[in-house]
Amino acid sequence: MSNAPTTTAAADRIKREISDNPVLLYMKGTPVFPQCGFSARVVQILTTLGVKFKGIDVLADPDIRQGVKDFSNWPTIPQLYVKGEFVGGCDIVSEMFESGELKKVLADKGVPTRA
Amino acid sequence: MALDAATIEKLIKAGLPDARITIAALADDNDHWSARVISASFKGKSRVQQHQMVYRALGSRMGNELHALALQTGVPEE
Repeated sequence: MSNAPTTTAAADRIKREISDNPVLLYMKGTPVFPQCGFSARVVQILTTLGVKFKGIDVLADPDIRQGVKDFSNWPTIPQLYVKGEFVGGCDIVSEMFESGELKKVLADKGVPTRA
Repeated sequence: MALDAATIEKLIKAGLPDARITIAALADDNDHWSARVISASFKGKSRVQQHQMVYRALGSRMGNELHALALQTGVPEE
């Protein structure tokens, strides 16, 4: 696995994607076909909450895969961003979902969830 | 190369000396672990920051040799 520094192009793309998409998930695989159990878990949580989100498959682009880790100073995928802010990886998102905190954070940030 | 539980514990302990660490296997492959880390140094920190402190202790291993570590962090109860 490469640990080469992020290219400027990748960093710019990440910043743009994060600001363009209210709920953005960097993941392995796609929302329809996740390729890692941790990514699948976050997709399942967002789906359960009825949240509209965009998934970006890091396996399709090694620059983005490394770039997003550098961007958030977070070594693993998945990574969930809401309104430009890094919320956490699978463990934190799961913990927040189970405590009801995730729904509250989404509501506070103006992201609609299913009632 | 996978990391064993004792090595993971040692690394976290080196970064967070007061930490109480419980490690369990998520799968029987020496590669998928879950760790519960309780440390007073987490006080006043967000969950993201707490996990980042553990990741820092693990250095570049996290996401490389150490593929999967489910983390739960917290501060000791008074």
